[in-house]
Amino acid sequence: MNGGRFSWFNATSLTLGFAFLYLPMLILVIYSFNESRLVTVWAGFSTKWYGELLQNDAFLDAAWVTLKVGFWSSTLATVLGTMAAYVVVRSGRFTGRSLFSGMVYAPLVMPEVITGLALLLFFIAIGLDRGVLTIVLAHTTFAMCYVSVVVSSRLVTFDRSLEEAALDLGSTPFDAFRSVTLPIIAPAVISGWLLAFTLSLDDLVIASFTSGPSSTTLPIKIFSSVRLGVSPEINALSTIMIGIVTVGVITASIVSRRRLVRQRDDEQRALHQE
Amino acid sequence: MAQQQKKTVFEPWEDPSEKPIIRFKNVTKRFGDFTAIDNLTLDIYRREFFALLGPSGCGKTTLMRMLAGFETPTSGSILLDDKDIAAVPPNKREVNMMFQSYALFPHLTVYDNIAFGLRRSSMPKADIPGRVEQMLRLTQLTQFAKRKPHQISGGQRQRVALARSLAKAPKLLLLDEPLGALDKKLRNETQFELMDIQEKTGTTFVIVTHDQEEAMTVASRVAVMDQGRIVQVATPDRIYETPNSVYVADFIGDVNLITGKAYPGTGEQVEIHWGEAQAPIRANTSKSLAAGAEVKFAIRPEKIGIASEPPQDAANVVQGKVLDIAYLGNISTYHVELPSGDVLKAQATNSRRISRRNITWDDTVWLFWTDTAGIVLTE
Repeated sequence: MNGGRFSWFNATSLTLGFAFLYLPMLILVIYSFNESRLVTVWAGFSTKWYGELLQNDAFLDAAWVTLKVGFWSSTLATVLGTMAAYVVVRSGRFTGRSLFSGMVYAPLVMPEVITGLALLLFFIAIGLDRGVLTIVLAHTTFAMCYVSVVVSSRLVTFDRSLEEAALDLGSTPFDAFRSVTLPIIAPAVISGWLLAFTLSLDDLVIASFTSGPSSTTLPIKIFSSVRLGVSPEINALSTIMIGIVTVGVITASIVSRRRLVRQRDDEQRALHQE
Repeated sequence: MAQQQKKTVFEPWEDPSEKPIIRFKNVTKRFGDFTAIDNLTLDIYRREFFALLGPSGCGKTTLMRMLAGFETPTSGSILLDDKDIAAVPPNKREVNMMFQSYALFPHLTVYDNIAFGLRRSSMPKADIPGRVEQMLRLTQLTQFAKRKPHQISGGQRQRVALARSLAKAPKLLLLDEPLGALDKKLRNETQFELMDIQEKTGTTFVIVTHDQEEAMTVASRVAVMDQGRIVQVATPDRIYETPNSVYVADFIGDVNLITGKAYPGTGEQVEIHWGEAQAPIRANTSKSLAAGAEVKFAIRPEKIGIASEPPQDAANVVQGKVLDIAYLGNISTYHVELPSGDVLKAQATNSRRISRRNITWDDTVWLFWTDTAGIVLTE
């Protein structure tokens, strides 16, 4: 970082890299403000597609379903994933430990098509009607292992003597978890939840296997409408989603950065007092 | 006079009517193939400041964790106030522990850290603030009550950990290397603070340490451990002056060890023959030794005098050449090579400035000590 000199090679790589990442999205955002109904022909600036979007009940319903599914599945996945991570990290050695932890993480590498198909067959087998509930269950299943990866990486570095101290001071094991472990690993649990939520918002494959007629999620809706031709409304919708994600990411990084700086300052001050 | 003074001395282990608060009875702890604690029996008395001392891996931490309830003995029993505590989980024991890392809860303030245990006890809610403030005063932390652990210094954190573990007024307080994270100067001050607090609260303290100086400073009795066994339990001065084995003599402080053969004389007198052409060492021992038994003679460097002239009427005198001088300011240690090739260490206080300057490298010197200065060890 320090003493880096300007080089044409670096500048070009950087430009190309960012262009590769963001140019498609930029085009999408620009065309969402297009006056014309034709997506690829620029006909002047307008925000009318945003207005039309708010009138489109099908999209709004799908958005509502997606948010509901995202909220419930990520919440369930966070609870189950945190529990799984805790067991895998804490239980020490027992027979079949590596088999168990391997099985927790296996869905990470499983092709989504197979997960989706397996879930579909399972829901049919137990006679569960497909709808919001089945999507929630399906998303919980595959998001759980992501949560457990995030949480267990935090638990590995967690100072176990903190829990022992809580037990020593009279906490039951559950109380020690609730009042000491959980508050300390909360950032990891929250980012696990956010990850699960994002995955759920994002998912098309598993949702299309497990959704029913009354429960179309936004990605399914977008995908099926695009097959009939891209409408500027979808561009507008996508722009809103990009906006939400951007604001979220920036806020989160500002908050965590502030906290880090404050903590460092505090520690410096404490050190100088001595 | 001497008799009367003796009564005020704190020595419950000498009093047969006194009941120990902690009894280890033939305790063994194995982790797989590794035996951490090997058939150990030990009594600790009320109000003691008891130190477990030993190198890392000697089992002292395992012993402490068994008292706290984080480990259970493989066999044998541990009694607290005559009750077997093997089956009692840590949160039900009237034992609190101060962790080596302090284990302060980073998301709670100093106040809430100290109140943590009280809120989980049977203490009425209304009494908790009073008790916390009392602990804050005891550890001089009142002005830091609202701070988080990362907003205070290392020494203050150590005091929070102490206050937190004392708040519930446990029968027994365990301290795991409590001063390890502090620098030397702060450590010395804190040792005296610890002793002061122990005396004020009247709690029984068990401290684990690998620092022999720390154990000697704070403890009423010291248990020296090696490989899961207790080698010797005694008061610091006994441990230092009359170690029962070469291991203890060598572990505590600095010592000269001379191997020889013992030839008992009249009474407690014994002559130790060592090296060729060396006069036998005259010493006293209460041990009954067979003539010619292999022994080690242990003598502390500060018990050996050094002179540049042959001393008169000393029980033991050897001649040698100064090999090295370690000047430590208050004292100097002389490494003196004897004609036999053995090196003895002698220590002298630098009570006068530039005193002892008359002894320097390669000088011929005489080392001397009395017949009671050293001890004879057989193991």
